[in-house]
Amino acid sequence: MGILEVKNVGKRFGGLQALGDVNLSVKENSVHAIIGPNGAGKSTLLNCLVGKLIPDTGSVMFDGQSVLGRKPYEINQMGISRVFQTPEIFADLSVMENMMIPCFAKRDGAFQLNAISSIPSQKDMIERAEHMLEDMNMADKREMHAGSLSRGDKRRLEIGMCLSQEPRLLLLDEPTAGMARADTNNTIDLLKQISEERDITIAIIEHDMHVVFSLAERITVLAQGTPLVEDTPDNIKGNPKVREAYLGETQEAA
Amino acid sequence: MGLNKRDVTLLVIVAILCLFAPFILNPFPEGSAMAQFNAGYPDLMQRLVIFGIFAIGFNILFGLTGYLSFGHAAFLGVGSYAAIWMMKLLTMNVIPAIIISVLVAGLFSLLVGWISLRRSGIYFSILTLAFAQMSYSLAYSVLTPITGGETGLQPKVNDPRILDGALAEGQTPRANLFGLQMNQSYEMAVGDWVFTFNAGYYLAAIVMLIAFYISIRIFRSPFGMMLRAVKSNQQRLNYTGLNAKPYTLAAFVISGMYAGLAGGLLVAMDTQVGAERMFWTASGEVVLMTILGGAGTLIGPVLGAGFIKYMENIVSKINKSILEQWFAFMPDGIEDLLVTLVYPFIGKGWHLTLGILFMLVVIFLPGGLVEGGQRVGRLFKRKKPAGDKPDGKTTPAE
Amino acid sequence: MDAIILQILNGLDKGSAYALIALGLTLIFGTLGVVNFAHGALFMIGAFCAVTLSRILTFSHTVIDETKKDFLGNPLKVEVPYIYDIFGQATGDVIIDWAVPISILFAIPVMVAIGFAMERGLIKHFYKRPHADQILVTFGLAIVLQEIIKYFYGANPIPTPAPAAFTGSFDFGAMLGFDPNTIIYPYWRLVYFAFAAVIIGAVFAFLQFTTFGMVVRAGMADRETVGLLGINIDKRFTIMFGIAAAVAGLAGVMYTPINSPNYHMGMDFLVLSFVVVVVGGMGSLSGAVLAGFLLGVLESFASMAVVLETLPGINQIIIYLVAIIILLTRPRGLMGRKGVMED
Repeated sequence: MGILEVKNVGKRFGGLQALGDVNLSVKENSVHAIIGPNGAGKSTLLNCLVGKLIPDTGSVMFDGQSVLGRKPYEINQMGISRVFQTPEIFADLSVMENMMIPCFAKRDGAFQLNAISSIPSQKDMIERAEHMLEDMNMADKREMHAGSLSRGDKRRLEIGMCLSQEPRLLLLDEPTAGMARADTNNTIDLLKQISEERDITIAIIEHDMHVVFSLAERITVLAQGTPLVEDTPDNIKGNPKVREAYLGETQEAA
Repeated sequence: MGLNKRDVTLLVIVAILCLFAPFILNPFPEGSAMAQFNAGYPDLMQRLVIFGIFAIGFNILFGLTGYLSFGHAAFLGVGSYAAIWMMKLLTMNVIPAIIISVLVAGLFSLLVGWISLRRSGIYFSILTLAFAQMSYSLAYSVLTPITGGETGLQPKVNDPRILDGALAEGQTPRANLFGLQMNQSYEMAVGDWVFTFNAGYYLAAIVMLIAFYISIRIFRSPFGMMLRAVKSNQQRLNYTGLNAKPYTLAAFVISGMYAGLAGGLLVAMDTQVGAERMFWTASGEVVLMTILGGAGTLIGPVLGAGFIKYMENIVSKINKSILEQWFAFMPDGIEDLLVTLVYPFIGKGWHLTLGILFMLVVIFLPGGLVEGGQRVGRLFKRKKPAGDKPDGKTTPAE
Repeated sequence: MDAIILQILNGLDKGSAYALIALGLTLIFGTLGVVNFAHGALFMIGAFCAVTLSRILTFSHTVIDETKKDFLGNPLKVEVPYIYDIFGQATGDVIIDWAVPISILFAIPVMVAIGFAMERGLIKHFYKRPHADQILVTFGLAIVLQEIIKYFYGANPIPTPAPAAFTGSFDFGAMLGFDPNTIIYPYWRLVYFAFAAVIIGAVFAFLQFTTFGMVVRAGMADRETVGLLGINIDKRFTIMFGIAAAVAGLAGVMYTPINSPNYHMGMDFLVLSFVVVVVGGMGSLSGAVLAGFLLGVLESFASMAVVLETLPGINQIIIYLVAIIILLTRPRGLMGRKGVMED
């Protein structure tokens, strides 16, 4: 029984069957990648997991509880954090504030009218945020405007923000899309380190084979809205069905 | 007080300005030609601080969350009506009136906010506008028994006033603070200058300082940080496990209570109210004040409110003959030309000046007067080697 | 029954004005993505075009009329409009009498010019700024425009009558077989409704049947793609702004005999027109027109004595109430498209 159990999930947009009949089980504390060519339904599936979309059929269970019908913030409070394709951070706030907001969300829940105490008096929150900044190697940037960070640093910050909530499941949506090679490798290293050092499950949607094969313990290949095959990276590499679905794409990515 | 040094300095400066406003606003000796531009009389000083409160509250919503409400005058109006009913039914003491105005406006803004905040962006603006216009129309027509309709409301001699007891015939009910009448003034003559110290003004100023202090606390609190996060990226906020709606609703209600407080104080100073106080141009005015001063900054709204109310007073008093005096040193033709050119912008043309000023600020100085001040400050600093923000972009001022 | 027909008719003229203003607002929002708070001011300026023209037409010079004497026996001084000198007295009188309809010709170039100037001079610079900034700057512009008009024309309403031929009323009651005098409707209101219908029809036909309109519609649906085709969409959008300004202006010109224009009429109509746009569905042209007429008629029904007896004051708030309900239950409005300003 995995921490995330997706059963018979289907989603239709008008005439387009975006997801057919998806079954997926993500084991606790593993790194699971979902790959597939463009239009395979990867993003739709992800959106069904985080509450942005509600599937037409099937069920999504996280740690024994259904996530369907819950709002994104409720699902997050259950322990699922999401990293977006383009980094979503609070661009108008400082790096430190960016890091503190998830800390407050973890401690105080979805809403707390904490209007009179001052931020400097929240020692434990500051400590936690600073700790996470150090983990992300961003301590020197703490007073910077988050919007003025480099793309790679924005990504780091976003991952750090998600981690500071101590999620049980971290969902990443093409975390290296549009990144230079060096930034991509840095991100891979960071994710490796995270999965080794923390009790955390990582599910990653990715296009870039290099990223997938360096990280994943299990891989699900999605094609035309249904899972084609699920296996270990080594077996996936040799699978002719995958090659067929991916022909051209792999060459492009390589 | 739980504030950092810079904020304490800011608060102290504002306190000093409020305390000495009767001097600062009366720079011209009595009887001189310029005396009519003195602004140190009670009515205007009271308005300066009361509209300051209104703008401070509006800024908590607009400045922090970015939700642009076009209906805040409704809360001011509701607060005013609540206050005047307190004076009619209970006592002419201003304390219950002010408290009830805050509470009633808070409840009303809870209702309006709960509905309006289901939408954001332009829809939110239009919803609040619709609510405000509705309140205005109702106050003017159907609710006449409660609002006095076109004539408005004033305390009358024969109102019940349970706590005060009956007034003697011929006496007029006056707003007071435990016997200290709001219109009571002490005049101090120094040489040719006359300075007026008015009880009502100082009450309003103290309330404004408290309101300002609370707003600083809110800005610096985790709650304030969440509100700025709402403005910055609601998507990220949702996926960080935070529910934006109660945060924005709380900000909306707080700013509504500030508006109610301002409305209650207006009644405490001048015991009458009419529906025009809720008209949407009044809502527009507080938007102007906040933007002009600098939305999202602490001091901006206070500056904006002060600036607009002060300029309104000065500019609308200038007339043609004063202009002619000013330009008298010019050759005749040029004098006439200047007078003709400037005339549309003064006196009754105040709103034209205001509109132009407002456009200029939105176009060139989105951070308002505060940003303007910072830019000027930076100009002077530039001579030193730049230790400025590396990106060179202007960042929202604190 | 006759009362209902009367109310529908009564609602039509206000509804026409709402529809015309809302149409322009939607054109601007749909094409340029700008929320124009100064659109009411354009309506108001249109009305003052009519005022201006009727003043120009009656510009007079003083002539000493030897045929008439005052009581001292001196020749009488008479004001003679210049227009008499050009066309003679009979034609001149007709022209003066028809000042409002003639103003249409005068208002079109003026309004288009103002529209161009506004778009090129101001709005253009706000495409990339947040909606709040667009609202604020056009709000400022609206104040400025209305204050300029106030400076030149004063604060009081200026009566601007319709041509004498339209001053009477039409008895619908008699025509439809009810008692005479039950459904009486001023001719000019009929004219206004017909005029609005023609303008709306013209705008839709223009968008539907010309290549220009086709490109604009495509641009409204998907600006980026059309831009990729190498079509200069911006220039067309500028022209659309001019057209929207002209539509608002013409609505104002023809409205003058119904309500004497004053400097704040634009703002009064703007607030309601925004509500209309929202009810119709942001970005939907037919929605704007439909909602305009619908709300106009609804307002008129709410003012019936029977209704007011049970729901006092409902006529004052009905439009806002409907807007609030619509926004909460159908956020896209009656005919709004998916994806247009969803939140």
